Amino acid sequence: MATPPFRRPHHGRPAPAPGLLRRIDDFARLAFPGFSTGFLMVLAAAPISLPSPVFATALPCIFFWSVFRPAAMSPPVIFLLGLLLDLLTLAPLGAGVLVLLVVHGVVQRFRRFLARQSFLAVWLAFCAAAVGAAALFWALQALLALRLPPFAPALHAALLSAGLYPAIALLLTRVHEAMRQAETAP
Amino acid sequence: MIRLSIPLRQALARLSLPLMIAAAFGVMLLGKADALLAERLRSHLSDALSPIYAALAEPMGAVRAAVEEVQALARLREENASLREENERLRRWHSAALALESENDMLRRQLNFLPEAAPAFLTARVVADGGGTYARAVLLATGPQHSIRKGQVALDERGFVGRVTEVGSRSARVLLATDMNSRIPVTLESSRARAIMAGSNGARPRLSHWPEGVVPMEGERVVTNAEAGAFPAGLPVGIVRLSAQGAPEVELFARLDRLDAVRLFDYGLRGILPPESVARPEPRQGRR
Repeated sequence: MATPPFRRPHHGRPAPAPGLLRRIDDFARLAFPGFSTGFLMVLAAAPISLPSPVFATALPCIFFWSVFRPAAMSPPVIFLLGLLLDLLTLAPLGAGVLVLLVVHGVVQRFRRFLARQSFLAVWLAFCAAAVGAAALFWALQALLALRLPPFAPALHAALLSAGLYPAIALLLTRVHEAMRQAETAP
Repeated sequence: MIRLSIPLRQALARLSLPLMIAAAFGVMLLGKADALLAERLRSHLSDALSPIYAALAEPMGAVRAAVEEVQALARLREENASLREENERLRRWHSAALALESENDMLRRQLNFLPEAAPAFLTARVVADGGGTYARAVLLATGPQHSIRKGQVALDERGFVGRVTEVGSRSARVLLATDMNSRIPVTLESSRARAIMAGSNGARPRLSHWPEGVVPMEGERVVTNAEAGAFPAGLPVGIVRLSAQGAPEVELFARLDRLDAVRLFDYGLRGILPPESVARPEPRQGRR
């Protein structure tokens, strides 16, 4: 992350607007995962006649960025996204925050292992994580509301997010590759 | 960006997850302590997001319309099949009707059949039931401008009700078919046998005087008979039902227990009328 404040001019060309563009670029790259995830969640919360897929879209994004770009998907960002999740889904305040943070923590632990695996293995790991997250979310809702919510919506959310993961991951992989190229380019 | 030393930054990175988890518990406590907080935050958020959703409404409507279109197309298929089948059935009926019509025409040509004129009728409201000489009779409110005669036939929207027996200047009394004094000549429709339907003051008049060799069948339709010139032929009366003792009775089509208005038909028949009216027959006006 430690970037030199000034871009070294080479080939004798004068440096254009030293530092500023590069910083904006860096910041955009840093902020993209959080903002894109939030935007996707807001889109998913749009009132259409479907079971609300907010949780199911948030989980793949957070999982993906936690594995492949943890610097951009830091705990404070996840905290904000979890708050957004709670507010968009009428869940008790704090439940979504904790679930997303736990997912992030678990993924952090296995990050180095997961990043080297094939897509299929990562997807399988994600499925397990999604089921665990949905179960935790359900348990937290039950605990905070002091009554048992129906279990079917949680199961649907887990299945839906498992199904959405390949599509989202395909898109995010492209973006990630582009970012990496931009970073390695002089 | 604030420049921090590398060890400090690493420490912060390591600490941020536990810190944030603690903050999550704090948010939970806050949400439990202040139940309205979440509501307020939600309403602020939806206020902020409503422009986005408003902008999205158009494409989402298009998507929804497309989905509905596809569903409608799927439905269209089976609807089409059922309509086709129904069309086939109706075509058969249509050809049957055409055949019957032409047969009817042919028979009429051979019989020199005289078509009946449409009878004139007027509708009168039932204002009271019972009273008078008869146990089963209703009183109709009429006006002096209506030319009501004795012997006119009363029908409700389903079938035969009775006959006009008394006419005042503003009212008329109709003797119902269920009255003990009512005797109606009828035809049993499937056997074409004649019979007399005699009222019994009960809900179902009895059948009597049917010819030998014919037994009224359960469910057989009963219509009026033109015998004696009191009724036109073929007015719907009811259905034959066998009583518990096996005696044939007629279940009337008309709902005599809840009459609210009846139509009085003038068929121009003066076969059997109550005695005083035979003494001075009224001139009948032309058919309307």
